[in-house]
Amino acid sequence: MNLLKKQIPITIAFLTGIFMWWQYYIPHHSIQNIYNIMISWELIIAGFALVVGIYSLLHHHANKIRRKTPQWGFSVVVYIAMFAMVINGFYSKQNGFGDPQNILMGGNFQWMFNYIQVPMQATMFSLLAFYIVSAAYRSFRARTKEATILLITAVIVMMGRVPLGEVIFGPKLPEFTEWILKTPSMAAQRGILLGVGLAIVATSLRIIFGIERTYMGGGAD
Amino acid sequence: MTFFDKMLKIDRRWIYLLVALAVIIPLLNPIGLPITITEPAQDIFDYMDKLPEGANVLIAIDFDPSSKPELDPMLRALFRHCFSKRLHMVVVTLWPAGAALGEDAVATVVGEFNSFYKEELADPDKGSAFVQEKYGVVKEGDEDYLVSGVDYSYLGFKPGSALVVLGLGDSFTKTYPTDYSGNQTTNQEIFKNLKSLSDLDFMMDIAAGATVEMWITYGKERFKFDMGAGCTAVSATQYYPFLNSGQILGLLGGLKGAAEYEKMVLTAGYWHKPGPATQGMDAQSIVHTMTAIIVIFTNIFFLMQRTRRKEEE
Repeated sequence: MNLLKKQIPITIAFLTGIFMWWQYYIPHHSIQNIYNIMISWELIIAGFALVVGIYSLLHHHANKIRRKTPQWGFSVVVYIAMFAMVINGFYSKQNGFGDPQNILMGGNFQWMFNYIQVPMQATMFSLLAFYIVSAAYRSFRARTKEATILLITAVIVMMGRVPLGEVIFGPKLPEFTEWILKTPSMAAQRGILLGVGLAIVATSLRIIFGIERTYMGGGAD
Repeated sequence: MTFFDKMLKIDRRWIYLLVALAVIIPLLNPIGLPITITEPAQDIFDYMDKLPEGANVLIAIDFDPSSKPELDPMLRALFRHCFSKRLHMVVVTLWPAGAALGEDAVATVVGEFNSFYKEELADPDKGSAFVQEKYGVVKEGDEDYLVSGVDYSYLGFKPGSALVVLGLGDSFTKTYPTDYSGNQTTNQEIFKNLKSLSDLDFMMDIAAGATVEMWITYGKERFKFDMGAGCTAVSATQYYPFLNSGQILGLLGGLKGAAEYEKMVLTAGYWHKPGPATQGMDAQSIVHTMTAIIVIFTNIFFLMQRTRRKEEE
C-alpha cells in the first residue's frame, strides 16, 4: 500500500515537475509535443477535479442533513439550488435534454442566473460597503504614528479616486493619489510579490523533491 | 457619559442609514460630476484605438456576479470599442460563474450593434452612405453587422485556470473544440488567423481575483503579446508593479476605471450614451466623501475623549 500511496505519487510528481521545469528551456519540437500532450491531459484532469469538488460539496451537505446538525435546513437549500440549476442547464422544452443551446439566453438556466444568482451575490458583496464604513467609524483611529499615516493616506486615496475629490480639492489631488499608488504603495506591493514569488519557487521545489507531501492528503503514515 | 463618548458608541444602524442614503439619493438624482481620465486608462484606450481593423483581441472575463457592478460596465465599454473598430474579438472565462455573465454581456452588446446597424441602414435619412462611414461596411439584406464565428467568438468557461492559458498558447481550437453555443471552432473564420496566443494583437483580463498575474506568467511572458488589465478598486494597487514594469500597458481600476473607459468611448463617438459606471460614480463620490468625513470626525471625538480623560487623571 505504501507503494501506491507514497512512492508512485511522489515519483509522478518528481518526473512531471522536472519535465515541466526543463521543457521551458528546451524549444525542440519533440519536447514541445510532449508538453502539449501533457497540457491536454491536465485539462482533462482539471475537468474531473470539478466533478470531485461537486461530489465533495454534496457529500458534506448530505452528512449535515443526515445528522440533523444545527441549521441543516440550509444544506437542503444547497441541494435544491444545485439540482435546479443543473437540470435547467441541461433541459429545455425546445431542445430536449443535453443540448448546448439550452443554456443560452432565454433559457431557464440563464434566467435563474440573471435574476437569482446575480442579485444574491451582488447583494452579499454590497453589504461590505455598510460594514466597511461602520468598521472605519469604530476602529480607524489615530492611536499611533503608523496608524495616523495609514489613516491620512487612506483618506487622500479615497478622495483622490472619485470626481468629487477633484471638484473640492482641485486637480492636484488625483495626481497626488496616482503618485501614492505608483510609488510608495507599488514599492510595498513589489516587496510582497517578490516574497510570494520566492515562496512559490521554494514550495514547488519541496513538492518536486518529495519534501512537501500535504497534497497527497493528511493522516498518519 | 460625555458627548464624545456617546458619539463614539453611536448605534451602527445610523451609519448604515447614512450609507444607504448616500448611495440611493445620487443614483435617483444624478449630479453629473466630471470624470478625469487617468494615464493607465488612457493607455489602454489609445492602444486599442490604434489597432487595425481585423486585429485579434482576447478578452478574459475572470469575475463573478459579486463584482458585476464594478466590472461589467468596463467589459461592455471594451466590447463597444472593439466592435466599433471591427476588431476580431475572442472571449473566454476562467471563472465558472463568469460564463453566464459573459454570455449576457456578449449577447446584449452584439444585439445592440446589430439592431442599430439595421435601423440606420433602413433609415432614409441615414442609409448606406452613413452606415459605410460609421461602421466601415455595408452588408446587404438581413445580414447582421456582427456575426458569431466571424467577427467574434464567445468560448465560455473551461476548468483548469493556468492550464487553459497554456492550452490556448498551443491552440485555441484544441483547447476549445466548441464555442459556448456548441458550434465547432475549427469551422469558424475568426480562428483562421488566430491559431494560438502568439497570434494575439492585444489581450485584456477583466479580473476580480488573481488571474492577471496568471495571464502574465503563463500567457504574456511565454507567448509574447501585449496585455492590459481591468480589476476591482480594492485589487488595483497590487497591479501597479506590473504596470510599472511594462508587463501590462494599462490598468482600469474599479468603477472609476470603467467610467473613464465609458467616457473615452463616448467622446470618441463609438457609443451614444453614458454607461452605468458613469452614473454610479456620483454615488461612489458621495459615499467616499462621507466615509472620509466620518473617519475625520471619529478621530476628533477620539482625541477629545483622550484629552479629557488625561485631564481627569
